[in-house]
Amino acid sequence: MEQMNKPLTKNILPDRVFATLADYESTGGYQGLRKALTELQPKDVQQWVKDAGLRGRGGSGFSAGLKWSLIALDGGASQNHYLIANADEMEPGTFKDRMLMEQDPHQLIEGMIIAAYAIQANAAYIFLRGEYHLARQRLDNALQEARSKGYLGEHILNSDFNLEIALHTSAGRYICGEETALLNALEGRRATPRAKPPFPLVTGLWGKPTVVNNVETLCNVPHILHYGVDWYQGLGRGADKGTKLFGVSGRVKYPGLWELPMGIPIREIIENYAGGMQDGYKLRGFLPGGASTDFLLPEHLDVVMDYDAVAKAGSRMGTGIMIVLDDKTCPVQMVLNLEQFFAQESCGWCTPCRDGLPWTVTLLKDIIAGKGRIEDLDTLAGLTRMLGPGNTFCALAPGAMEPLQSALKYFREDFERYISPHPNPLPEGEGASGGNHFMSVHKESS
Amino acid sequence: MNKLILSPEEIQEINAEISHYPDKAAVAIEALKIVQKHRRWVSDECLVAVAELLDMQPAQLEGVATFYNLIYRQPVGKTVIHYCNSVTCWMLGGDRVGELLCRHLNVGLGEMSADGEYTVLPIVCLGACDHAPVAMVGDELRLDLTEDAVNEILGR
Repeated sequence: MEQMNKPLTKNILPDRVFATLADYESTGGYQGLRKALTELQPKDVQQWVKDAGLRGRGGSGFSAGLKWSLIALDGGASQNHYLIANADEMEPGTFKDRMLMEQDPHQLIEGMIIAAYAIQANAAYIFLRGEYHLARQRLDNALQEARSKGYLGEHILNSDFNLEIALHTSAGRYICGEETALLNALEGRRATPRAKPPFPLVTGLWGKPTVVNNVETLCNVPHILHYGVDWYQGLGRGADKGTKLFGVSGRVKYPGLWELPMGIPIREIIENYAGGMQDGYKLRGFLPGGASTDFLLPEHLDVVMDYDAVAKAGSRMGTGIMIVLDDKTCPVQMVLNLEQFFAQESCGWCTPCRDGLPWTVTLLKDIIAGKGRIEDLDTLAGLTRMLGPGNTFCALAPGAMEPLQSALKYFREDFERYISPHPNPLPEGEGASGGNHFMSVHKESS
Repeated sequence: MNKLILSPEEIQEINAEISHYPDKAAVAIEALKIVQKHRRWVSDECLVAVAELLDMQPAQLEGVATFYNLIYRQPVGKTVIHYCNSVTCWMLGGDRVGELLCRHLNVGLGEMSADGEYTVLPIVCLGACDHAPVAMVGDELRLDLTEDAVNEILGR
């Protein structure tokens, strides 16, 4: 049955603008919440989600149930806890949470209510990207509907549990997706990351224990409660459980987004669902899960989309939304575009990131302009270590180094071509954007 | 004294947001966006007035205002067009969209068109990479942009 195989997108239909409350309820919506509130204790809900094997869909892969269980529940009613849905989707190449919020807003809200019950939070925030105007409208409307139906507010479904959810819209800055920067942003401060420890689970929003979960992670929760742990585990094909939104963009025949089982081979996503490469283009490599993941090559196509399997191949599953590099796009220029993004979006809080990223950009620009020296490649390699894990407050700079370090490894000849005594970059018009396809490729679809 | 610069509607909308948070400063971004909705951008005078309303130091609020891509601290046109220049759009011609917009409007990035209608700015990934290249025209996301679509956006 379709809806059992695709719990996250079962209400998203081609002939439907978006799922209303009635649509959502007609396929079991809010039944998971009912079960949680009437049959289970908060600790039980944590255990169900832990047993189901749900891992963070924002890229961390951390067990959601385990995260919840680290919130101390013995503080009594006087101890405030907060739940935050991280809806600041801004990883270049990623377009999954927008669809979930625009097309089925009640799924996120139900997931949040259950998660808030599990950690005994009476206040929750949706931290939404400022650019997601349509999602804001749909969520605003859905929150009002949920309130009027008694899913939010006091004594939810006649239980002792109370919850308010407020929608906070940001104003555009990548770093806000980092959970401690998000907390500062929500408090009205400049969104720089905080030192960890203390972790938000202990000292979070306004100093209170706080859980931050990604939108897609929370959207999984109602189904685990409604259909059970065994059912959820049966959805995955490999080591990881459940389904996930996977997507592909770039020069494939059918760029898009699909809900598929965890553990599906990358080849199946790119070749079957995205239809393979457009005519005249060959696959040169891909970023498996957004801008801050290492390049993989065609030889990695049979790697499966599991957190550990992609890590073993030398990258990260990240957001699970892939960006494809074709044979007519210059990888060096692609990396420059990525590093320009990270340099712009660095919050400037710590030195390696603030100074190292613009330096990276300068080196890459010089190389592309034919002014590079072969030693510059060693300098870039040095930067990937200096900006790597352990030297910065947050993961922005280490993430920025992932596509660079893998490009240096896999596409070194492309860097060297710019540097050789007779620089011979890609032919005119085949550089920055792989030729003049802008006006041709999309003509038919518009 | 500065509060008087803000209109009663602005103050009312900002106060309504304050009810959602235990601390007034948390409304900083929403308040700046409310001012921007009414005036298109945030002038120094308005920034000081909002700071006063939220019991913040102006410098503290300025630190927030200048941090974000979508808070404008200088005048912009009636409609701001943000074209995406992140990786997939870049690969499929996003920069060309920006060039066309600027050329048609005879402006540089961040400038206002002579008739005060438009400002063009680059923006990071808009989360619609399967329809690259894309842009946000005012609040509206525009997908699969072509030269014709750019002309249509500008009413040509």
